Amino acid sequence: MELIFEKGAEGRHLSILPSCDAEQVEFGEFSRQTELRLPQVSENELSRHYTQLAERSYGVNNGFYPLGSCTMKYNPKVNEEAASFDGFTHIHPLQPEHTAQGCLEVFRLAEEALCEITGMDAMTFQPAAGAHGEFTGLLLIKAYHEKRGDSRRKKIIVPDSAHGTNPASAAMAGFEIVNIPSAPDGCVDLESLHKAVGEDTAGLMLTNPNTIGLFDKNILEITRIVHEAGGLNYYDGANLNAVMGLVRPGDMGFDVVHLNLHKTFSTPHGGGGPGSGPVGCKDFLEQFLPGKQVCGEDRLVSEKPDCSVGSVKAFNGNFLVVVKALAYILTLGNDGIQEASQNAVLNANYMAKKLEHIYDLPYGSHCMHEFVMSLEKLKQETKVSAMDVAKGLLDYGIHPPTMYFPLIVHEALMVEPTETESRETLDHAVKVFEKLWEQARQDGEKLHHAPVHAAVGRPDEVRAARQPVLRYQDSQTGK
Amino acid sequence: MGSYVVSTKEEQQQMLKEIGMEKIEELFAQVPEEVKFKGTWKLPKGLSEIEVRTKMQEIAEKNKVFPHIFRGAGAYNHYIPSIVKAVTSKEEFVTAYTPYQAEISQGILQSIFEYQSMICELTGMDVSNASVYDGATAAAEAVAMCRERKKDKILISSTSNPEVVEVIRTYCYGNGMECQMVPQKQGHTDMEALEAMLTEDTAGFYVQEPNYYGILEDYDAMGQMVHRQKARYIMGCNPIALAVLKTPGEYGADIAVGEGQPLGMELGFGGPYLGFMASTKALMRRLPGRIVGETVDEQGRRTFVLTLQAREQHIRREKAGSNVCSNQAHCALTAAVYLSAMGADGLREAAKQSAARAHELQRALGNLGFSLKYPSCFFHEFVTESKVPSEIVVKALEERGYLGGLPLNEREILWCATEKNTKQEIKFLSEVLKEVCEAWN
Repeated sequence: MELIFEKGAEGRHLSILPSCDAEQVEFGEFSRQTELRLPQVSENELSRHYTQLAERSYGVNNGFYPLGSCTMKYNPKVNEEAASFDGFTHIHPLQPEHTAQGCLEVFRLAEEALCEITGMDAMTFQPAAGAHGEFTGLLLIKAYHEKRGDSRRKKIIVPDSAHGTNPASAAMAGFEIVNIPSAPDGCVDLESLHKAVGEDTAGLMLTNPNTIGLFDKNILEITRIVHEAGGLNYYDGANLNAVMGLVRPGDMGFDVVHLNLHKTFSTPHGGGGPGSGPVGCKDFLEQFLPGKQVCGEDRLVSEKPDCSVGSVKAFNGNFLVVVKALAYILTLGNDGIQEASQNAVLNANYMAKKLEHIYDLPYGSHCMHEFVMSLEKLKQETKVSAMDVAKGLLDYGIHPPTMYFPLIVHEALMVEPTETESRETLDHAVKVFEKLWEQARQDGEKLHHAPVHAAVGRPDEVRAARQPVLRYQDSQTGK
Repeated sequence: MGSYVVSTKEEQQQMLKEIGMEKIEELFAQVPEEVKFKGTWKLPKGLSEIEVRTKMQEIAEKNKVFPHIFRGAGAYNHYIPSIVKAVTSKEEFVTAYTPYQAEISQGILQSIFEYQSMICELTGMDVSNASVYDGATAAAEAVAMCRERKKDKILISSTSNPEVVEVIRTYCYGNGMECQMVPQKQGHTDMEALEAMLTEDTAGFYVQEPNYYGILEDYDAMGQMVHRQKARYIMGCNPIALAVLKTPGEYGADIAVGEGQPLGMELGFGGPYLGFMASTKALMRRLPGRIVGETVDEQGRRTFVLTLQAREQHIRREKAGSNVCSNQAHCALTAAVYLSAMGADGLREAAKQSAARAHELQRALGNLGFSLKYPSCFFHEFVTESKVPSEIVVKALEERGYLGGLPLNEREILWCATEKNTKQEIKFLSEVLKEVCEAWN
């Protein structure tokens, strides 16, 4: 398809601004010298270009999206509407606080509800994404040890099943990373953990349920081991959708958590963002939170905590995303939150059960909100890989599960249906998985070339990386 | 209560039966009893859609929407063309995930590729990434890109936006880089101090175009100074200003970053905004986050794909240069639609009109005794100094529905104008301030 730069023609434009009735300013030596090359299109061409691009995109609104660890649930429209109210969109971040009481109230209500759900005492909404929240949470841990004058605690323990962002965030926060292996059942190996902790332990990063979709039954012992060694426990909230309204990270022994409002709390992913990654903590860490905390009763104000680590983002975080999450929480309320998690877990178990007769589920079919299949045996027998099956799904209008993650499972496909899918959708997906299994056995070669019905086939990724073309160049001039 | 669960209670029961269970609680058998929450949840009762809308509307109405805005300082009130919202609210764009599955994500990938191309055009740099969280985090990520084994000190001009400075400092608290502030003189970076502070262990220097006070500095001279010490030159830019001002590319910057909010994003009490990042080709593999590249598929068709992934956290884990995973893709889309709608001529016009209005405002304020604190070439922001306390000025304007400039201290105010401000607004604002001055004197 043509780029927008290749459409339109010299001189075409929209009519947005009136002519100016103020005196022009000359910038002299500060003036731009090089030509500025932007698209030259009419409004109709612009509109159609993006309609074409939309047709070549796939969102939750297009179909089933069982992308493990990403919680691709339906994005309610009333949330979008609330976030488009002028009373939210037209507020300058540096407006006097008495003129932004509604915005502060949004933070207040979201903080109260999310602290209740997580068992935390305070929360910051400054982090813009999950990984950003991890970085923030780790800074709290760092500041906590420093304030106690304990400068030896430089190590963060991360299980080998963790999301890649965990070790990357810990490195950004200046920690050394200690990777510990998982036990054969996929949970934390207590012996390894015992060996790993010590006077240099700053903390442990963990998600529970973990990345293979199991709730670690030893969770209280795990967090106790870390606490007794003097470390803190960090909860990666990526998988909170399994246990909302049932178990709270705060009651499992975690001191600091991040949430992904764009997963658990139904705000859309926008093709990769913006998300929101608020960080909650126990009261002894509140003094270190970044940005400002909302306080006061009738008249709300915001104040920087005493020993704040600073700011991880300008202003107040992705505010409009928080508005959407708040609308969601208000809709579901107490019972709805619990119902959401119950059905997320029900749908995952239902699918796992229906697939276990053909696909290998290395950790059994009883799971939380997601499960992992290993296609290692299938690959050995038919040369059809997890990637091939994933690409085969595309031809049936299903977004593939997360591929090749967690790293501890070979040829992994990680399936997370979420609670907002119907039984028919799950049954259909199961049928498609069965069909692909059959196809792998009968005509595996074909699957190596899937998809055939998508806008394009598999991209040449090696060429993309070796001869990077990262921007538009005019084919005539080469510039 | 409201709910987005699809299955009815009966269907849930049937599904449970099929997996050999009777009660939904059995699903949670792996969860040890002692960690289950036994108390009473203190969450509100769920609401219907009408109730939620009403409640959110009530909250929104507690905010004051200013019809007239003369405040910037990092968030700018530019006009957003109607087409922008229409395009960006398409559900396929809103509800898609990160485009890992290239075959069904060509639309999202192409939109990012086009965005990257536009950012390269604006900044005059070689390569752009797919966005980070905002201008401040873009600056902080750029700082981390400059680090070398024996170079871990970063210099920041004191003429930078304080929000950005604080974020850079916080990131450096994490990664252990040393931050030093280069002092200012008359609203400009103190060149002598910069020269003296640039040492062998300096990884880079960050300065803004225009700076926090709206002023244009001697970016050529600073760039040469920085490069003489083999440090890297980071420029933080206003993207609309770049339509008329010399680009970071022209000034020889190694990395250009900035707040992309002016490109079609709402003020939104601070977010979501857009951090744009572009660099020279030499630094391409150090850029954080997603990058989209063009390649071909098996049939040789033009295909877009996430590329250079060997830099990223899901491959490199703790050895990755950055942890960025989710970014601000939808904001990048917004910027691309905005830039396509404005075109080069339209963007230049928005830049010129913003500057023209700001200068008109400055003259009007000057006539009332609000003198220009730094008499230098400025873009669309400037600082005034006056005998009348800042708070009194701002308060008087607020009562008339005007969000005045940002008080920097008791006597100084940072003003901003954009193409949205009109002659009439400036006239009215002057009349209000005239009254204020008279009452004060």
